[in-house]
Amino acid sequence: MSSHEHTASLLDQVARPATGYDPVGGRDPLVTDRADFASITNDVCGVIERKPPVGWWVFFLISLGLLGLLGLSLAVLVYEGTGVWGINSPVGWGWAIVNFVFWVGIGHAGTLISAVLFLFRQKWRTGINRFAEAMTIFAVVCALLFPTIHVGRIWLLHYVFPIPNQMGAWPNFRSPLLWDVFAVSIYGTTSILFWYIGLIPDLATMRDRAKSKIAQRVYGAFALGWRGSTRHWQHYEVAYLLLAGLATPLVLSVHSIVSFDFAVSQLPGWHTTIFPPYFVAGAIFSGFAMVMNLVILARWAFKLEHIFTMKHLENMARVILLTGSMVGYAYAMEFFIAWYSGNPNESFAFINRAFGNYAWAYWIMMSCNVISPQIFWFKKARNNVFILFVVSVFVNIGMWFERFVITVTSLSRDFLPASWDYYSPTIWDISTFLGSFGLFGTLMCLFIRFVPQIAIAEIKTVLPAADPHGDPAAHKSHGTVEGAH
Amino acid sequence: MAVIFPRWTNLIPLGLAVAGPVVLGTVVFAVWYWNSPSFLEVGYSPAQPVPFSHKLHAGDLGLDCRYCHNTVERGAAAAVPPTATCMNCHTKVQTESPKLAKIRESWETGKAVEWVRVHMLPDYAFFNHSVHVAAGIGCSSCHGRVDQMAVVSQVEPLSMSWCLDCHRNPAPHVRPANVAVTDMAWEVGSGTAAKARGDGRDLVPPEHCSGCHR
Repeated sequence: MSSHEHTASLLDQVARPATGYDPVGGRDPLVTDRADFASITNDVCGVIERKPPVGWWVFFLISLGLLGLLGLSLAVLVYEGTGVWGINSPVGWGWAIVNFVFWVGIGHAGTLISAVLFLFRQKWRTGINRFAEAMTIFAVVCALLFPTIHVGRIWLLHYVFPIPNQMGAWPNFRSPLLWDVFAVSIYGTTSILFWYIGLIPDLATMRDRAKSKIAQRVYGAFALGWRGSTRHWQHYEVAYLLLAGLATPLVLSVHSIVSFDFAVSQLPGWHTTIFPPYFVAGAIFSGFAMVMNLVILARWAFKLEHIFTMKHLENMARVILLTGSMVGYAYAMEFFIAWYSGNPNESFAFINRAFGNYAWAYWIMMSCNVISPQIFWFKKARNNVFILFVVSVFVNIGMWFERFVITVTSLSRDFLPASWDYYSPTIWDISTFLGSFGLFGTLMCLFIRFVPQIAIAEIKTVLPAADPHGDPAAHKSHGTVEGAH
Repeated sequence: MAVIFPRWTNLIPLGLAVAGPVVLGTVVFAVWYWNSPSFLEVGYSPAQPVPFSHKLHAGDLGLDCRYCHNTVERGAAAAVPPTATCMNCHTKVQTESPKLAKIRESWETGKAVEWVRVHMLPDYAFFNHSVHVAAGIGCSSCHGRVDQMAVVSQVEPLSMSWCLDCHRNPAPHVRPANVAVTDMAWEVGSGTAAKARGDGRDLVPPEHCSGCHR
């Protein structure tokens, strides 16, 4: 939409406030196309009830193929051991850790959108929160995969839990790697709970609309007997608020703790106090970029442009611009501190990062993360779906390279020059990473097919029809509201 | 709204809330108890090719442990003696005993008797007999009253936590300088301080991973 058209549509809404023009804030409508209660339910449930479009099948089959590749890579890894990867002394942390931090970072957007924006009463979150939360959960699943398999002897994984045993072996609670286990598991659990609580009214809608006995029973079982009574809603609202409060500190804590994996060690380039806030900003940055990519695909494939509106995309672009600039500031500050500390090891680590053996990765990171999002200063760019999509892809590439640069450059040039070496991934590193996209894509495709990807009950509260000061004509659909609401 | 599920299904969440922790606790307990060395290893007493009695040799006759296991003060392993050690005496005593037929056969053919090892540690645990003996830890601390066993049986679990119990608090197990490590009757707990027998410096048994897992 050009800015001229945009202004025109705004004027249009001033003339017809019933379409959702906010009379107080004068803001863009959150749902366009004169949607009402019934049409929202039909549009969202229709995605599940209709046959999937060809695009869905293409994505699903590609994802399944990559998932098979993941299975093969894991089988080889477990059978042969971590020697199939490119890791060796001195780079003992390779792609597995890079991929872990990459995925767990992506998993930050969901909780930020659903919990933090909820507490800040950002109503625009309603359109994309369900989608972003699902993406978060699947990203956390992919993230948990990598530390799980990187232990090598996967059958001894229970050592990370404090289970009584006759070895007298106990997890080392002073290790940030163990904090990670708990931080990410708690984050995953809370995200799933939050997502599921929000889903209950919509699952009840799906149950009530179900045509087949099986669908009715499955949706019915997960709807936990929801009838939409006032009492149910009251409990629901309290539970949702409590979980939002619980999840909000997790947005900050999880990636802080992930950054401790590096910051608590003593390697130059890792041992940095700026890491926790810098990692959190980067996580939100990459998470929003991934939500952007997926939402753009979903709104195109399922014709949901009136719910995933340009306003949503523009707001996400602003978050990407903000967090991208914070990440850029952190990159600059790392260099400043390396110089200001006067520590030769620290200075060397950063000069090596920008101009050393992995300079190519560093400059990919800089151009993708710092330079490319700057285009979002322009409103035209924020309203161009193609630019939004491409820049978001760049951001995800850049954020993957950020973790690669941090992990590998510092390790490959450690304190002892005699041990310096150049790390390269093997075919199994690459196939495992590609395979994790298969896992993510498969889960995402199944989610879109079987679960309402938009919070039906919640988005109705931001419809013009729900506005007591709006046009009474918009209330015409009250009679057709589903039984669950 | 149509009723889809019977009334008893309301009990499922409660059932899961109760059954989940119970099942988890049971699994952890089952592995911790039945899969532990103190359940699986203690009492292991395999039949040996020759019915050698430690009770007779070490107990009744009073042979020193080190007469046969002669590398224990210098080496990591306490050697199982070669047939030659048996024949030091058995060329003179019990020369015709049918119980010793295999020993004589081994002596004639030069083929070693295939004794069955009783006390086994995993390959990734590096145990050294000589440091323990030098520190004043006696044979019976780990092997029990072998002098009273006609058939040797494992009495301690040899689990990692069992090792660590002593490494964290060695004093009760360290013998005073006037008690021989081979003195089988010495009771654990009468030791006073964890001092090395030679120069009297403090004993600091390793508790870090690479102390035993190199």
